[in-house]
Amino acid sequence: MLTRNMKITFGAFMLAILAIFMLPDFVPVANASDVVASAAATDVAAEPVANAITYPPAPTLTEADYPQIAGVNSRVAVWLVAQLHLWFGAFVVAVPMFVFIIEAIGMITRDQRYDNMAYEFIKVTITAYSLTAILGGLLSFSLILFYPDLFKYLAMIFKESMWAYALLFFVESAVLYIYYYGWHWLQGGNKKWVHLTFGLLLNAAGLTLMFLANAWTTFMMSPSAVDAAGVFNGNIWEAIHNFLWNPINIHRVVANVAYGGSVVGAYAAFKFLNAKNKEQRAHYDWVGYNANFIAISALLPLPFAGYYLTAEMYAYSQQMGITLMGGVFAWLFIIQAVLIGALFLSANYYLWCGMGRSEGAYRYNPKIKYIAFVLVLAFLVWFTPHTLVLTNSELKDLGGPYHKYLGAFGIMPAKNTAVNFLLTFTFLSFVFYRRANKVATVSWAAAGNAAQIALFTAGLINIVILGVYYGYFTNTVYKVAASIPQVLTTLLIIIISVVIDTFMYKGAKDVAPLHWGKVPARSQYALFLLAVSFTWLMGLMGYVRSGIRQHWHVSNIFRDASPDAFTPSLGYAASVVSVGTILFMTMVIFVFWLSTISGKHVVAKGYWKEQA
Amino acid sequence: MINFFKVAIFSLLVVGGFWGFSNFGIPQIKPAPPPVEEKLDLGAMTMDQFVALGGKIFHGKGTCTLCHNAMGRAPMLDQIGAHAVEHMKDARYKGEAKTVEEYLHESLVKPSAFVVAGFGKSGSNDTESPMPDVTGGGIGLNEAEVAAVIAYLQDSSGSEVTVEIPKMEAPAEGEGAAPVEEAALKTPEEILTKYSCGACHTVADHAGELGPNLTKIGAKRNKEYLRQAILDPDAVIATGYSGGMMPAAIGEQMKASELELLVNYLAGLKK
Repeated sequence: MLTRNMKITFGAFMLAILAIFMLPDFVPVANASDVVASAAATDVAAEPVANAITYPPAPTLTEADYPQIAGVNSRVAVWLVAQLHLWFGAFVVAVPMFVFIIEAIGMITRDQRYDNMAYEFIKVTITAYSLTAILGGLLSFSLILFYPDLFKYLAMIFKESMWAYALLFFVESAVLYIYYYGWHWLQGGNKKWVHLTFGLLLNAAGLTLMFLANAWTTFMMSPSAVDAAGVFNGNIWEAIHNFLWNPINIHRVVANVAYGGSVVGAYAAFKFLNAKNKEQRAHYDWVGYNANFIAISALLPLPFAGYYLTAEMYAYSQQMGITLMGGVFAWLFIIQAVLIGALFLSANYYLWCGMGRSEGAYRYNPKIKYIAFVLVLAFLVWFTPHTLVLTNSELKDLGGPYHKYLGAFGIMPAKNTAVNFLLTFTFLSFVFYRRANKVATVSWAAAGNAAQIALFTAGLINIVILGVYYGYFTNTVYKVAASIPQVLTTLLIIIISVVIDTFMYKGAKDVAPLHWGKVPARSQYALFLLAVSFTWLMGLMGYVRSGIRQHWHVSNIFRDASPDAFTPSLGYAASVVSVGTILFMTMVIFVFWLSTISGKHVVAKGYWKEQA
Repeated sequence: MINFFKVAIFSLLVVGGFWGFSNFGIPQIKPAPPPVEEKLDLGAMTMDQFVALGGKIFHGKGTCTLCHNAMGRAPMLDQIGAHAVEHMKDARYKGEAKTVEEYLHESLVKPSAFVVAGFGKSGSNDTESPMPDVTGGGIGLNEAEVAAVIAYLQDSSGSEVTVEIPKMEAPAEGEGAAPVEEAALKTPEEILTKYSCGACHTVADHAGELGPNLTKIGAKRNKEYLRQAILDPDAVIATGYSGGMMPAAIGEQMKASELELLVNYLAGLKK
C-alpha cells in the first residue's frame, strides 16, 4: 500500500515538474519567422511575407505618452502596488511549501500536532490569496493606465505566457480550495496521500505562476530574443528563458521560504502574547519556534543565492554589475547590512531566549556571550563602508575618502569573511539550542564533540586565510574567486556537523521535558523584528533590482521617457518602502484577524424566532 | 488590545529606524538625471575643444571610467597609443585595423577584436571582451562622439591626434554635449561657480576648506604659476596638501578666454 501511494505521489510530482518545462511547447508560436514558415508550409500559393506577423521595434516615447491621472504619481503608485503584490505573492507561494513538508512530517511521524500546525498555517494564508489576486489585478490596471506602451510592448512578446498565467490562476484556486476545505475530509490512509498530492500540485501551480511572472521582470533587465531596436525575433521560450530568469527564480524561491517563515512566526508571536492560558502559550510558542526554524533554514543559504544572482548580473553586463555594486547604489548595501544584521541578531536572540525551555541549557549559556560578540563584530565589519562621503574639513582631517584602518574592512573580502562568520555562528547557536535538552548516550560522544570542535576551528581558520591572504595579498581576480571556497567551507561545516550530530544524538536522553511556553515575552518581539526587517529588506532590494535598469523600461532597448525616469535617491526609496511596509503589515494584521473570527461562533439568544 | 498596540508601536519604531538610517545615517547621493538629447555644433569647434569633448564623454556619458580605472577592472588607457601598435602585431589580434586611429575605433565598436590578457570574460580564455559596443544600447555614442573619444585617447596617451572633426551636425546626448555650444563666461564669479572652485577653496563668496585659501593668492603667486596650477594641478602641490585631489580636467574644460579671465582675477587677489 505504501509503495503504491509513494508511486502515486512520485508520479504526480513528476507530472508537475514536466508541466512546468513543457508549458512553452503548449503555448502558441510567437516567433515571426515560425509564423512565416508555417504559412508557407500550409499554403504554398500564399505570399508568406505579406501575411507574416512582423513585430515592431520598441517604441520611442515622449512625456506625452504617459497619461497623468488625477495628480497621481504614476511611478510611486505602480511601485507600491507592485511591491504589495510581491510581498503577498511571496507569502502565499512560500507557505504551501512548508505546509506540505510539515503535513508530510505529521503523516510520517503520526504526530497530529504537525498536521494541526500545517492546517493553521494554510488557514492564515487563505485570505492572503484573494489579496494577492486583487493586488495583481490592480497592478495590471495600473500598468495599462499609467504605462500603456510598456504594457503593450511586454504583452506583445509575452501574450501567450500572460494568457497561460491567467488560466493557471483557476488551476491554483481549484487546487487550493480542495486542499484547504478538504483538509479534515481527506484524513487517514489513502485519503491523506491524496490530500498530500493536492499540496504538491498547489506548490507546482504556485511556483509556475511565480516563474512566469519572474520572466517578465527579468526580460526587462536582460532582454532576449530581441534585436538592438527591440524587435522580437525569437520564440516565447527564449524570451522567458532570458539570462537572469533562473538566478532570480532560485533567489526568490529561497527568499520566499525565509520570508513566509518570518511572517508566520509573527502570527504565532502575536497569538502567544494574547494567549488566554498555558496550553495556548505552549502551542503558539511551539508554532513560533517552528516558523523561526523555517525562516533561519532558508536564511542560511540566502546570501549564497544572492551572490549567485549578482555574479550573473556581472556576467550579463559588467556595466550593470558595476552600477549595482559600485555606482549610486553602493550605499544601499550598507543599509542592507544593517537589515541583515537585524535579521541574524533577532533570529539568534530568539534561539537564546528559547533555551529557557530546557533545564539542560545551563551547560551552554556561558558560551552565548562569545557567539553574540562574534556576531556583532561580523555585523560591524559588514556594515563598514568602502568609501566615506565627508565634509571638506573631515576629508582633510582623514587625508582622503578611505579611513587608514577601517578602510580595510570596506572591501568585499572582509565582508565575505564576516558573512561566513555570521552564518557559521548562527548555525552554532542552533546546534547549542538543539543540544540544550539532550545528553548523548553513544560511546564515542567525546570523540564526536572533539571532531566538531576541530571542524569548526579548521573551517573558521580556512575562511580567515581565504579572506585575508587572497583578499589583501594577491591580485583582484582572486579577491572575488576566494569567496566561493569560503562559502563551500561554511556549507561543509554545516553539513558535516549535522551528520555528526544526527548520529551522535540518536537515542539521546532528554534532560527533562521541554517547557513549551516558558519563554519571556521579549523573545516574541524578536520574531516581529524578523518579519518587519524582512519585509523592509525585500522592498529595498526590489528598488535596486528595478533601479539598475536606470532610465530604461527594458534595458538598453526601450527607453523610459516619463517624468519619473530618473533614479530615485536612497532616502526617497526608503520612504516609499517604509510606507509600503506599513500598508503591508496593516493588511497582514487584517488577514490574521480574519483567520481568528472564522472560528468564533456567537449564540444570539432570543434573536431568532423559535421554530415549532 | 494592549498587546496589539505594543506590537504596532514596536513595528512602527523598527520601520522608522530603518527609514531614519536610510535618510540621515548615510549620505544622500542624488543619481544623475537621464541624459537629454542635444545638438552639437561641430563646425564651430577647434581640435582642442573636440579633444575636451572626448574627455567629457570618456568620463561621463561613455561610462568608460567605470572600468578603465585604477581598480583593475579593465586596462588603463594612459599609454594606449603605444600599446595599440603592439596589439595589432599580436598573434591573438582578430581585427583589421592598420593605424592607431582605426584600432581605437575598432576597440570601441568591436571590443573583442583584441582582449588584453587577463581582462577577458570569465571562461572565454581572453577571447571575448566584457566591454559593450559603445554605439549600442545603454551607452549609445554616435560617430561624432566616438571620434571625439578617439581624439581624447590619442591626445591623453601622448600620440598624434589623427582624427578629423566630422563635418556634420550630429546629435549627441548628455553632459558632454551641452557646454560646447555655450558662450564663454564673462565674469570670474561665473567661472568659480560653474567649475565648483568654491567646493574646495575659500575664494570670493565661497568657503571651501579642502584646498588652499585663495583670498590672497595673488600676493604670493604669479600668473604663470596660477595658469599651471589650473591646467596641471599636480605639477606643484602646496605645502600641507596632498596631490590628486583637484580634478585634472578642469583646465581642459575651460575656454581660453575663461582661463585667462580666471588667472587675471586670481593674480589680482593681493589684499
